[in-house]
Amino acid sequence: MQADPKNVLTGSHYLDGNHACAEGALAAGCKFFAGYPLTPSTEIAERVARRFPMLGGIFVQMEDELASITAILGASWGGKKTMTCTSGPGFSLMMENFGLGIMTETPFVLVNVQRGGPSTGLPTLPGQADIMQARWGSHGDYEVIALAPDSPQECFEFTIDAFNLSEKYRMPVLLMTDECVGHMTERVVIPEADQIELVERRYTKKKPGEGWPFEHNGSDIPPMLPIGEGYRFHVTGLTHDYRGYPVIDAEAQKWKVEHLMDKVRKHADEIIRYEQEGVEDAEVVVMAYGISSRVVRRAIDQARAEGIKVGLVKLITIWPFAEKLVAELSAKVKSLVMVELNMGQLYYEMERCARGRCKTTLVGHTGGAVHKPEVIYAAIKEAAQ
Amino acid sequence: MSPIIAEPPSKDVRDQKHPMEKLLRMDRIPHIWCPTCGLGTTVTALAMAFEELELDLDKVAVVSGIGCTGRVAGYMKVDSFHATHGRAMPYAFGLALARPDMKVIVFSGDGDLASIGGNHFIHAARRNANLTVVCVNNFIYAMTGGQSAPTTPTTAKSSTSPYGTCEHPCNLPLLAGSSGATYVARWTCLHVRRLTKAIKEAINKKGFSFVEVIAPCATLYARLNKLGSGLDLMRFYHENSVIKHGADLNELDIDYQSKIIVGKFVDIEKPTFLDLYNQANKRAFGDKYQPYGGDNGVK
Ligand code: SF4
Repeated sequence: MQADPKNVLTGSHYLDGNHACAEGALAAGCKFFAGYPLTPSTEIAERVARRFPMLGGIFVQMEDELASITAILGASWGGKKTMTCTSGPGFSLMMENFGLGIMTETPFVLVNVQRGGPSTGLPTLPGQADIMQARWGSHGDYEVIALAPDSPQECFEFTIDAFNLSEKYRMPVLLMTDECVGHMTERVVIPEADQIELVERRYTKKKPGEGWPFEHNGSDIPPMLPIGEGYRFHVTGLTHDYRGYPVIDAEAQKWKVEHLMDKVRKHADEIIRYEQEGVEDAEVVVMAYGISSRVVRRAIDQARAEGIKVGLVKLITIWPFAEKLVAELSAKVKSLVMVELNMGQLYYEMERCARGRCKTTLVGHTGGAVHKPEVIYAAIKEAAQ
Repeated sequence: MSPIIAEPPSKDVRDQKHPMEKLLRMDRIPHIWCPTCGLGTTVTALAMAFEELELDLDKVAVVSGIGCTGRVAGYMKVDSFHATHGRAMPYAFGLALARPDMKVIVFSGDGDLASIGGNHFIHAARRNANLTVVCVNNFIYAMTGGQSAPTTPTTAKSSTSPYGTCEHPCNLPLLAGSSGATYVARWTCLHVRRLTKAIKEAINKKGFSFVEVIAPCATLYARLNKLGSGLDLMRFYHENSVIKHGADLNELDIDYQSKIIVGKFVDIEKPTFLDLYNQANKRAFGDKYQPYGGDNGVK
């Protein structure tokens, strides 16, 4: 189905990443947003609050992040497309009910405009150090989907993608931007509404009294039940059966957890996205995502000018991780280099998937600024040796 | 949960229809609660309120947090949600805003709502969220084995205050009233008719309505404090309650095993969050603004 023209600000705009993200949410049909101020993400909430009234949406500023994410869970079961945004400590606070969203297979979008940590860290400066928290931040075993935009244009587009993925796979989806991308202002082209494809919520076709909220077979995605229509269904964060009734035993746990893993793992090929440049004949491949994928380009250009065969893989989805791609590349290149604004997070995933078939190098950074191209250039040069 | 295993009911009893069958998930009965727990009569009062109000049960949702009381949502045959510990309130608030045509009831315990969910409680009341809140206060964390709650009366024993609680307990009606609730009442679980009436009034009240139910926890609070059976304690609460409608909220502290003031304390009208949201947007955009939720004057 196509976006509603009323929600889409078609045209060419000069927007920062946060405002573009808000426009993406509106275009995707988001109608409920609960948030709590958290630098450097707050402009997303502010723009939604300003735009919502005339689009039939409702914005609430909650008392904290625990309440924000829980309110959007409630509203999602109430039938709305919902979103919240945060950063740093707020992301930590949200992890409890992110898990509730995973367990109860509730669609919503959570945007983390990453800043430097740990703790209060660097409220106004960038980081990419929440990558493992995005993967493992809530307790228990589960899979996640996380996208990383590198520009305001991608903030707009990937927010829509995040909504679509959350509806398609019936689960919360993370948009992992960072302070640089959030506050960088560039041209954003918003297409006509009929050019924006949306995934609508899938509801059961069964009649009230016959449908259950977690009926799935294998890796199928269970359809949701609409509230207020007589299904009288139950939803719990406890391990449950297909009816949504708590069942506290190892068998039910296996049934549920395997499903939560499978619905991402078995669809990984459809979900995983990346862009490749100059990888065909490369001896060195640089992997990066978000703001770092822009910074690496200068170093790559310089290295190429000097005759080093270097390619780029820009990850669009950081979770699930592009395991197959790394396995393939590691069999044919001399070296893989990960550039990220942390001291080694996705790097270790890359190293794991390379399985010693090629050299792997981390170009880490403690955050607060982006990498200096010279540092990346030096790493590429060394990797090519 | 009880270590006591009740005698299995006889065949005649098993063959009888439960009078509340329409309102309960019979496929989940027997429930997990202990014999003589105060939750039984409290849930009966809720079910009777639904029936007497002749609510369209398709348009009712119950949201609970975690704990013995938190299991209530799972037994009511309506759309129901068992949220994380303390988060029933924001969950219900989001749900109620998404579906302003539905009646959303938060049914949870004292530990869940007043301790870990305390901040959400204050702010839901302050915003005058359109929610009915029933809080079962048994003065203890029961599900986790009898630890101190923010409501445990000073000197009462718990598993984490083996020599007696050394804190001042929360006065829940005062917390609700001073935070902005439009309706505040307290009854014990043996005041079944009065409690049912209070729940009915609370459901019909526009805005944040709050009913505290004083109920015994037989297995932990009664046992740790050597107060007899759940039934003994239920009778004690009933016999020691003093009905005082309109009492000053400041008078409503509960001391260990002493008088409990019950009644209806607050019953006022004021705009809900959604009323004010629509008013603000109407001021800003004039007639072009379509009120959110349409005519959502009723809960
Ligand atoms: S509150 Fe106490 S008596 Fe009631 S079910 Fe829980 S442990 Fe048993």
